[in-house]
Amino acid sequence: MRPDSDALVLLNRLPGVRPAHSSGRRLRRISLLFIAIALACIFLADLALYPTDPWRELGRIGWGFITPYWADSSTLFSALGQTVAFALLALIISVPLGLILAVFYHWRPVRMLAAAVRSVHEIFWGLLFMQLYGLSATTGLLAILIPYTGVFAKVFAEMFDRQAPQPTLAVSPLSSRISRYAYTLIPQSLGEMRSYCRYRFECALRSSAILGFIGLPTLGFHLETAFKQGQYSEAAALLWVFFILIASIRFWLRGWLLPVYAALALWLLPQSPPLGSSYAWQFISQDIWPRALQQGDLAGAAAWYWREFSQVAWPALLQTLYLTQIALVLTGVIALLCYPLASQAISGRALRWPGRLLLLIMRSTPEMMIAFILLLLLGPSGLPAVLALALHNGGLIAFLLANHSEQQPQRADDPKGINRYLYLHTPRLYPGFLAFLFYRWEVILRESAMMGILGIATIGFYIDSAFEEIRYDKAFFLIVVAAALNILIDSLSRRIRRRAGADLSAGVG
Amino acid sequence: MSVNADAAILFQLQQFDLTLGKHRVLHNINLTVRQGEKIAIIGPSGAGKSSLLEVLYRQQPQQIALCPQQGGLVDMLSVYNNIFMGGLERHSSVYNLLNLIRSFNTPRAEIQQLCNELGLEDKLWHSPDRLSGGQRQRVAVGRALYRQQPVFLGDEPVSALDPLQAEHILQLLIKRHNTLLVSLHNRRLALAHFDRVLALRAGELVYDGPAAALTSNDLDAFYAS
Repeated sequence: MRPDSDALVLLNRLPGVRPAHSSGRRLRRISLLFIAIALACIFLADLALYPTDPWRELGRIGWGFITPYWADSSTLFSALGQTVAFALLALIISVPLGLILAVFYHWRPVRMLAAAVRSVHEIFWGLLFMQLYGLSATTGLLAILIPYTGVFAKVFAEMFDRQAPQPTLAVSPLSSRISRYAYTLIPQSLGEMRSYCRYRFECALRSSAILGFIGLPTLGFHLETAFKQGQYSEAAALLWVFFILIASIRFWLRGWLLPVYAALALWLLPQSPPLGSSYAWQFISQDIWPRALQQGDLAGAAAWYWREFSQVAWPALLQTLYLTQIALVLTGVIALLCYPLASQAISGRALRWPGRLLLLIMRSTPEMMIAFILLLLLGPSGLPAVLALALHNGGLIAFLLANHSEQQPQRADDPKGINRYLYLHTPRLYPGFLAFLFYRWEVILRESAMMGILGIATIGFYIDSAFEEIRYDKAFFLIVVAAALNILIDSLSRRIRRRAGADLSAGVG
Repeated sequence: MSVNADAAILFQLQQFDLTLGKHRVLHNINLTVRQGEKIAIIGPSGAGKSSLLEVLYRQQPQQIALCPQQGGLVDMLSVYNNIFMGGLERHSSVYNLLNLIRSFNTPRAEIQQLCNELGLEDKLWHSPDRLSGGQRQRVAVGRALYRQQPVFLGDEPVSALDPLQAEHILQLLIKRHNTLLVSLHNRRLALAHFDRVLALRAGELVYDGPAAALTSNDLDAFYAS
């Protein structure tokens, strides 16, 4: 029974219906709990500082950043083109797939499938498909479109839930589910879907860029090379081009140009071997399972799994989780400190554009690249990963908060400057802020697992090593374990959001 | 006017209560509706009219054309598609999907005809958000008519129309449906077109009887606080 709106308004006024008498206190309790956990994790995580000489290197990087240089413009533009091509084609395929899954999201297997595919990071999908299809277009496309399909399914289904129910009531309950959705919920959420796809396209560009770190011919590949050789001006040129690309999306991404872009993208992609090679079947049916299991020795297989879990997966998971919790709280701190810079309502007109530029750089730089730079400076511990995750995600959330803050109603007698920040905007935005942060929780977990690729001791490190040692059974097992933790955190986050009443109308995944 | 007392029972509520949280929406409702009855539901806002209609809708959703209060229009679709969706169950999913891309001749002719009757003849390809309140309401009625069901439940379906139009649309609805339950603010319309009147106040049924036995003064009393 759907309560009518008058009834709901009345309901909220009645004493005793609300579970607690102060919503602020509840949010504060949750925040303090997470801060306490993060503090405990600082002692448990490996955050050692290595004696390097960061200042000289930092100076060189800084100099490079303001003197971008690229000798050979054709490789630069081909890398840029490939990056866009992978992102665009992956989105063109994953949006309709996600939409279909979202229509059938009431069906439990669909929900489980979506949760499973999005719990594995693009990089790990990339590593898996690389064993099958090499460094090809297929690998890059599948690595992005598979997890993105899962994300779209979830986010679209949440959008459908938020739409008004009246149009659905006014069509026949006997009509087919597809027809009903096509005429009611899908057109109802079209505007929201469009802006979400835009946001996701930006994410896909970052995903596509970092796939270069495992060898695909996108921006990340050239960035890694440039950084490793200390060619910071070249690296900076790549980054600046990438920033401009992202900042200008709204000028060049037009619906009617999509077919043109898609055709261009197809033409740009690298050669690909034909799909469905016979090796794929051998890979799925044999290579990813331990030898004992292939021979039907269940006890031996159980012993193998237990050994891998207790000796490798469990300690790696703990490290991943420690870094995640620290990064989560630090993300929140950075977001709260940075959002006023880009909000005209707080900082005034003069600071707005520099503030926006700073946040654009923070959120557009893929966290993997920030981590990569920090690793050069601080040495191989969890610290670079935590900082990189916090800077990137903090910048992203700060950007969203700044937009919301500018939409706040203003009164002539409102306090100004820091008082406005402390007494008006931050308290008003806080529930939304927590919701954003908890949405990012599973993302941060997935990314801190992935950081292992760079040599930090999270589970990604062991996955990468297992692939290098051609121990696919171990790699596959570790990916599944990491995915399971991710699904766990995802459902925990949803529960906390609901309990705290910190839920937003806008889905931000 | 009179309905055969042996006609099949469509809806029945016995000592029905509906409570949301601590708020009592409907209380001790006893109601029997037979096929062929034309019923007006009146009462001040918040009396529970919408809730009663929704409870009844859930008893027989398959044979009811429902016209909810906000109309339930989809602003992204044309008036044509908003009306077409009343008949989704009569076509295959593929037909419905193709119709979104390009309208088919048969339904287009049917809906054009319907729009002519509703005074929307030149609005077929407008989107509802570009229409006036009264035009939107007629689109919602158009969808309910295109459902082609024997029973019509309407939540103030003519509230935004001028008296002449309201009269015309109500007659159209009565002509095309065997059984009707319509909540109305306009008491004159309730007396002129319906056999039976239900009056709700604060979630309780304070009058249930033939419309002929009521005067305008009686009706005013139901609205008095």
